[in-house]
Amino acid sequence: MGYRTQITMKQTYIYEDNIISSLGFTTLENIESIRANAIGIRITDDPLLYPRPVPLSKVDPAALETRFNAICEQHKRSVAPDSFTRLEKLLITSIREVIHRDDLNPYHPKTLLILSTTKGNIDLLEERYKAKFNHKRLYLWELARIVQTFFGFVNTPVIISNACISGVLALITASRYIQSGTYDDVVVAGGDIVSEFVIAGFQSFQALSPDPCKPFDQNRSGLSLGEAAGAIHLSSRKPVGNSRMVTLAGGATTNDANHISGPSRTGQELSLAMDRALQQAGIDASALNYIAAHGTATAYNDEMEAKAIALSKAEQVPVSSQKGYWGHTLGAAGIIESAVAVASMRNNQLYRSAGFETPGVTIPLNILTEHRDAEVDQVLKSASGFGGCNAAVVFKKI
Amino acid sequence: MRQFITAYTLIDGFKCMVNGRLLFYQENILTFADFIKALYKQEQVNYPKFYKMDALGKLGFIASELLLRNKDIKSYPPELTGVVLSNSSSSLDTDIAHNETIRNREHYFPSPSVFVYTLPNIVIGEICIRNGIKGENAFLVSESFNSELIAGYVTDLFSRELVKGCLCGWIEVLGNRCEAFLAWVENQADVAETKPGPFNPVPFDAEHLKLLKNQNDR
Repeated sequence: MGYRTQITMKQTYIYEDNIISSLGFTTLENIESIRANAIGIRITDDPLLYPRPVPLSKVDPAALETRFNAICEQHKRSVAPDSFTRLEKLLITSIREVIHRDDLNPYHPKTLLILSTTKGNIDLLEERYKAKFNHKRLYLWELARIVQTFFGFVNTPVIISNACISGVLALITASRYIQSGTYDDVVVAGGDIVSEFVIAGFQSFQALSPDPCKPFDQNRSGLSLGEAAGAIHLSSRKPVGNSRMVTLAGGATTNDANHISGPSRTGQELSLAMDRALQQAGIDASALNYIAAHGTATAYNDEMEAKAIALSKAEQVPVSSQKGYWGHTLGAAGIIESAVAVASMRNNQLYRSAGFETPGVTIPLNILTEHRDAEVDQVLKSASGFGGCNAAVVFKKI
Repeated sequence: MRQFITAYTLIDGFKCMVNGRLLFYQENILTFADFIKALYKQEQVNYPKFYKMDALGKLGFIASELLLRNKDIKSYPPELTGVVLSNSSSSLDTDIAHNETIRNREHYFPSPSVFVYTLPNIVIGEICIRNGIKGENAFLVSESFNSELIAGYVTDLFSRELVKGCLCGWIEVLGNRCEAFLAWVENQADVAETKPGPFNPVPFDAEHLKLLKNQNDR
């Protein structure tokens, strides 16, 4: 398939990014935790979340309060920290770091915020929050408006809620806006909290692992849930300096058209998304240095993904799932896992696939079993989700 | 190459129009469940999976069915067809239903068949399964129908040659309030090949999307 418009289109440069997870409040803190082999998923006994102990990856509540209170104190208008929901605090804290470091101007008419979330402020359905927060906050556009207003973005945020591909789709959408010249700067932010709502749902699917998840491993027994927020600033402006920059060079989505809760049997559709992303980036699968897989650690997902990687002729490429560190973070996943992939490119380091010991998919993959130094210039990030959706994005150093 | 809307469905206030012609309206209908069942029966849609869907799934399925059943979308490669939908309340209607199953610890019965629908893009999955659509898909949320957002997103897919045909629009259900506006968009050259029908294709842009969706308000 042709990509005739590529030549005239602008590059999408990756500027600052941020990760807030159980492993830290900045990308650097998270990478240091990963390097130290820290696992953020812990057996959590919280009756407000689930009647029985369950493995979860949670952001430290006290540390979040401290950081968010400090942001509110520095804020130009006075705001009461406790007037924000947990997810709003996570998102604002994450976006604040990116904006601050890049000195980004949210008031500029060519600056856009894209929000990726699957469930937004879903905890507000719980009785304990009903008196405190207006029911309207359950609407994703109201959540987005609160974040928009905090920073003063002039453009109405674009909201993407497309199951587990939301984060990757938000990044693809951002790069399309930048390439077409619609916007010059886009902040892609995503987040989801760990809630009773989501835990109960996945538990009813019997999709939750009793132990921290083990993506691609023979003994994997389902996914672990995690809460996180992430933000990435993408721009058409070429950065100053001579060092090579990471760009978002291609991306596509596809649908299995097979089943709403089970992935494709063949992996053909995810493979198609991968092929399209590679084609747009102008590289062969053999030129990839790393694949940041979706790797939820459910039997079906990991098998489908392995088939897709093989169909795209990338089975030799080093691959990992980052979910062994912080679980499945839903609307944040595509963003924070891309941020780690970008860090791998900047640091020229690959990080091991936590939880993996024995190959557990029918196709042999080159799964990373240890951290190592390597030239990392071209990376693919994939994602798949309920509703049969798949997405892939390619990052490339230029 | 320009894109055209070659068919559309509009559902509002338990009234259903296809390509500008009234297809269904019964004055005595008061609930969404009654409306969607009556519409399904009248149009003799035969798709057993329909009964398993949540309200958003049913509305999106029927709205797309009424629009695509006279379209030869199989003439396009599946991977060059797409679906881009939007709404205001995401999956809140089913979120509330799932929440009811977990509110009481003594009466705790979460179900995967409900939980799976607590994502707005499941309706896209249902439409893709029915029609074998395998290309680009996206679900966007906005406070009200944003014709510029949808037109911009879908036009970009065409300009990148990622789609040759795309279903797009608005699909909203909350309790008994429902509203659907779906349009099938394709390239001009392909339009010329389709048989003359009761509906003259209109150019695909934000202005025409808005006009078609709001025609009842005038």
